[in-house]
Amino acid sequence: MFTGTIIYAVINSFILALMAIGFNLTFGISGVANFAYGALYVMAAYVSWILLNLLGFPYIISAVISILCAAALGALMYRLVLLRVRGQALSEVIATFGIGLAILELFRYLGFVGFEYTLPVFIDKSFFIAGTYVDMQRIMIVIIGLGLIILLWLFTHHTSLGLAFRGIAQDERTALTFGMDSDWIATLSVSFGAGLAAVAGTIIIPLGTISVGEGYDVLMKALAVCIIGGLGSTGGVIVASFVIGFAERFTDLYIGSHWTMIVSLAAILIVLVIKPSGLFGKQKELEERI
Amino acid sequence: MKKRKERIDRGIKVRSGDIFALCSLREMLYLSAPRLLPIVAFLVLPLVLSIYWQKVLLFVAVFALLAISWDILAQSGMVSLGQALFFGMGAYSAGVLNHYWGISPFITIPVATIMGGVICTVLLLPLLRLRGIYFAMVTLIIPLMFVRIIEATKIFGGTEGLHGLTPLPSKWLDLYLIVAVLLVALFGFRRMMDSDYGLVLKAINDNDRSVMNAGINIYWFKVQALFISSSIGAFTGAFMTHVYMFVGMPVFALDYSILPIAAAVVGGPGSLAGATLGAFILVPLSEVLRGIGGLRIVFYGLFLVVFIVALPEGIFHYIQRKYNQFERWVEVEK
Amino acid sequence: MSIAPLLQVTNLSKAFGGVLALNRVSFELSEGDLLGVIGPNGSGKTTLVNLITGFVKSGSGEVIYRGRDITNWAPYRIVRLGIARTFQMVRPFYQLPAFKNMIIPLYSSRVKHLVGGKYGDRDAIALDLLEEVGFERDSRVAYKTASVLPQGYLKRLELAKAIALQADLLILDELFSGLSLAEVASIVPIIEKLRHEGKTIIMIEHRLKELFRIADRLIVLNYGMKIAEGSATDVMESDEVKKAYLGTEV
Repeated sequence: MFTGTIIYAVINSFILALMAIGFNLTFGISGVANFAYGALYVMAAYVSWILLNLLGFPYIISAVISILCAAALGALMYRLVLLRVRGQALSEVIATFGIGLAILELFRYLGFVGFEYTLPVFIDKSFFIAGTYVDMQRIMIVIIGLGLIILLWLFTHHTSLGLAFRGIAQDERTALTFGMDSDWIATLSVSFGAGLAAVAGTIIIPLGTISVGEGYDVLMKALAVCIIGGLGSTGGVIVASFVIGFAERFTDLYIGSHWTMIVSLAAILIVLVIKPSGLFGKQKELEERI
Repeated sequence: MKKRKERIDRGIKVRSGDIFALCSLREMLYLSAPRLLPIVAFLVLPLVLSIYWQKVLLFVAVFALLAISWDILAQSGMVSLGQALFFGMGAYSAGVLNHYWGISPFITIPVATIMGGVICTVLLLPLLRLRGIYFAMVTLIIPLMFVRIIEATKIFGGTEGLHGLTPLPSKWLDLYLIVAVLLVALFGFRRMMDSDYGLVLKAINDNDRSVMNAGINIYWFKVQALFISSSIGAFTGAFMTHVYMFVGMPVFALDYSILPIAAAVVGGPGSLAGATLGAFILVPLSEVLRGIGGLRIVFYGLFLVVFIVALPEGIFHYIQRKYNQFERWVEVEK
Repeated sequence: MSIAPLLQVTNLSKAFGGVLALNRVSFELSEGDLLGVIGPNGSGKTTLVNLITGFVKSGSGEVIYRGRDITNWAPYRIVRLGIARTFQMVRPFYQLPAFKNMIIPLYSSRVKHLVGGKYGDRDAIALDLLEEVGFERDSRVAYKTASVLPQGYLKRLELAKAIALQADLLILDELFSGLSLAEVASIVPIIEKLRHEGKTIIMIEHRLKELFRIADRLIVLNYGMKIAEGSATDVMESDEVKKAYLGTEV
């Protein structure tokens, strides 16, 4: 029972990390808080579903197309909307939130509600690990989550585009003087973030059903993880995912499943009281506030 | 030939800025018309509207108040995405007082206004050190979490909510109470934001360290702004509880967070009048659009985007400019 | 016997990520003094100001003002005690007109009671103060939004905001930087006038010529350490100072 909880807590942590990592990437690089994030997550799943069930595409192809769609939409969103309100953080938030709202409610309006809207698992198999039943999909989540984190690390540390990302993240003006096109990098960062949202959606959704409400939930969870971990810090996101992931499972086990939300809320408030910039936050401007 | 737009204050605006305005009826009218218009509109409309549209007017006033509450907070440098928290806290305070102790609405509404304000302020105290976007993020998730908490703990009726609460004695009282509060709040808080006190709040938004350097405790001022704003929100919540005769989880719904922001953005943030105007446009519009069902929320979303990008100053400032100034194209000198 | 110093700074240190920005700096300041703080770029002058005024939490050491330990107090409490500062990078309220900028310090609890509470009372005082620092009364410059004002006026506005607080100790952080000779010349008399009123002043400055004329005493910082203290001539005689400013030879 206890090892089982540990295993599911680890899986839960990876789910949270996957949900948050794209949001965090975009914010870390370009400072854009993409509030359409949850909508992109759900949209990718719906697109997959439509391609798979209505147009009869193979699963793998529809998944790839849906991820590309999300990435393209992210780029488009930056080019058409965010570019015009760049630097005004609040306008960015309201604009992205508006877009997310429109996407989600459009799906609701079109009638995409019900249990039949779900994606198939990748491989229908399950194992007994340490006396606990774990299905293949959850194992895939851990593997892909781990893989993505490593890939992302390699990408930002060892490719020129990744280094440019980090350059812009650290000091946009200095990066500009070195001839980096910060608008282009920001476009890519929003696009990558959207792509990662879609990846997360494609992997995680098979565990449940696609629903519009999930869009708001995912945004909420991503925000909670990023706030606790410290916005823009990848290490922080991972640590925060594990903190919340374990806390949720253990409250589930010892107190009751309905209390999990309260744990997250309490965690956020406590972290903000002790360290406003989050556990690993590097937002200097925040720390300076005495 | 290159041209640029030149804006010049209208003569009547310049003249009526002076004491001489009192000598000319035309100038007095020029000055007072924009202020009288909303007063007369809100006082007369209930008399001429059908029962259905009276209800709509009531919602206009409620969302206008929520938008005003949002705008005061935003002008003080705290952009909230969670007006529903204020609304919900007021609603539950009133509902609980009425349901468990049977206290009359005439007492629960004022008590819930203060109580909701205090609870929200205390709850958000840890957030005062956050700025801009961080504040926004946390405020977005808090009301949504409250829904889950009520669901989980089953307090105050849990998912069912509290039914059969006492209504206000008459529909006319409902309508005129909310309209009167709106007008008082609109003009009162507009005056407050124009006073030196309001200037300090706006300065915190502009450069908080500079305000600290003037020997002012910004956190104390932020607490006050937060209390004012959350009390307004709590009032609307408490009021609606007695109108619906019900309080439940929907009071923390996203609608109460989003629509006020949409109203403030469309009407024009930074002047509480813009927020009111925005509610006056959006709420009836959403009634008209009711026929298309869920699609109207899609339109809200797009509305937000379009206004943020194309008319960030909002409708009110646009009208204000046209009222006070005339424009013409002049040739740019070489 | 000597009078207790107005400000006493003892062994003040601060490290930013392993780099010692300020290393055990101590000095005393008696009432009515004009202390100049000089040093090359990055020598810790602004850090010293930030530590005294509470904008940066100190690493170690203490700051005592009128016998009270004010180390690590919140900035607004330090201001209320009577220490006002200007910022090197001006921090006006860009969205407000210049004279409305002045309302904020005038609203501070330190000076609030000196002003009538009626709407517009503070505006009149604000305009007077601005005229004092060189905002011409007959021009409309005091009514312009801060975001359109040139640097010279923004610096004056910064000074006026500090004066408005009626502090006993004024800390002016590179007030002259970025100003033309003529502008500096017009501000020097304002500072001299403040001295006649009995204010104690600390000036951080790069413009040595002007500073030497008005300062009673100088301290020189280099790499976070105090390397010299004394009158202008004494200080410039010091070998260490020559080395810091001009390189090894001389």
